[in-house]
Amino acid sequence: MLTSFKRVFSFAINDFSRNKGISIAAIFVLIVTIMLVTGLFFFQGISRNLISQVQDKIDITAYFKESVLEEDILKIKDEILKTSPDIKGIKYISRDEALEIFTEKHKDNPVFLKALEEVGQNPLWASLNITTTGSAFQYEQISNLLQADAYSAFIERVDFSQKKDTIEKVFAITSNINMFGLVLGLILFFVASLVVFNTVKLTVENSKDEIGTMRIVGASDWFVRGPFIVQGAIYGLIAFAICLLLSAFFAYSLSPKMGVILPGFSMWQYFLSNFWIFILLQLGFGMGLGMISSFIVVKKYLEE
Amino acid sequence: MIKFEKVTKIYPPNTAVLQDISFEIKEGEFVSIVGKSGAGKTTLIRLILGLEDPTYGEIFFKNKNIRDADSSEIQKIRRSIGGVFQDYRLLPTKTVYENVAYIMEVEGKGNNEIKREVPKVLELIGLSEKMNNFPRELSGGEQQRLAIARALVNHPKTIIADEPTGNLDPYNTYEVIFLLKKINKTGTTVILSTHDREIINKLGKRVITLVDGKIIRDEKEGRFVI
Repeated sequence: MLTSFKRVFSFAINDFSRNKGISIAAIFVLIVTIMLVTGLFFFQGISRNLISQVQDKIDITAYFKESVLEEDILKIKDEILKTSPDIKGIKYISRDEALEIFTEKHKDNPVFLKALEEVGQNPLWASLNITTTGSAFQYEQISNLLQADAYSAFIERVDFSQKKDTIEKVFAITSNINMFGLVLGLILFFVASLVVFNTVKLTVENSKDEIGTMRIVGASDWFVRGPFIVQGAIYGLIAFAICLLLSAFFAYSLSPKMGVILPGFSMWQYFLSNFWIFILLQLGFGMGLGMISSFIVVKKYLEE
Repeated sequence: MIKFEKVTKIYPPNTAVLQDISFEIKEGEFVSIVGKSGAGKTTLIRLILGLEDPTYGEIFFKNKNIRDADSSEIQKIRRSIGGVFQDYRLLPTKTVYENVAYIMEVEGKGNNEIKREVPKVLELIGLSEKMNNFPRELSGGEQQRLAIARALVNHPKTIIADEPTGNLDPYNTYEVIFLLKKINKTGTTVILSTHDREIINKLGKRVITLVDGKIIRDEKEGRFVI
């Protein structure tokens, strides 16, 4: 068994080195397709980051009546936080902070500042700023909760109805982007798989007569198939090693430029934090597909 | 040893290549199968090697019905037969040495035995000097000698030669036939398929004559008469 395995392995290495042109072509095609799949994975990271950045900007605000004490607001904040696991964060903004933010925001607009001066006192309300983890529906639920009888004595108004359309639009767009990414990913993955399969098919086809001869002299199916499967694995392994280096190089060198376009997204960090997924993806796609394709193509010739 | 019982082979949709063929080849015989191109010689050989199934009838190899044999038994049968073909059927990416060694490796022979036997058989066939060459670097005659070396290396009890001289000049043709006769003298069964009249008439061995897929003659010391 061990001798047979050694022989199969040595046939594969010999064939690989003696068919350099075909081997290089197969590895090149594998590199291109693995990089395509890797690119898709990066694209997924970028789009997720973009979506989460947009979603982070969505919130609803509950404004409290002037008479409500800060400790009551903080108590309500804790209660609301406990009601739903979908709440990502609640930020309390006191009347003074609200005034500070307003002044800072409109510091270049004398009309606003003058109006504020004329009022003579702080006209702004304390508020709770709430963000959720998911859909527009969650915002609606939280808005309903805030407008329930339990809190109506404290809360002046909730701005959900004003933001409802925007929130729904943003979630519809992000959901469409996710769906588009998934469909595009699946199509490209399928195309890449077909390209790899056909490349392996061409390399094996080159040895069609050889397979016929091996059958005639009584070689077992595994003795015929083995070297092609090992060769498929060698193609995949080499392509994987090159692709991993290329991915690391691109992630590292493009990271600063991507950081300018997409603030908060670091390609290099994304690569490092998903390192094992990258390895699995590239190895699985390269080696796995190389081996499976060889297996299927040789099987076809063995059955002829 | 090899027995055909009322064998018919029809390729779809309706091309009968062999019709109702029956004969038996005994151990140690030298049998020539003759006929024009398209008479069914190659199909007959493919049937013996289990590369095709008969449409009707039964084929026995050492009393084993080939139709009932599973793939590992078929592979075993093929390993017990040495094959020599008109197009040589060598492995182009392997050297002369590796082509011969491959047959022993398929059989599961040990490395030491392979290292001992392959040079011997290459010496016998006169290809020692070209051990590290690839088949494409050999002449037609040398390639056919290599195919014979490959067929001989496992000391098979049967050699099947399908038009082995089809691509050779008269000198190399003579050499190949001489070798096959020599192999037969050691007790090996030789089945030779050819349409070369001169070879058959000089051999003076059993001749099965095929015409349009039917056996029209089976003579002990036959001649090429079609």
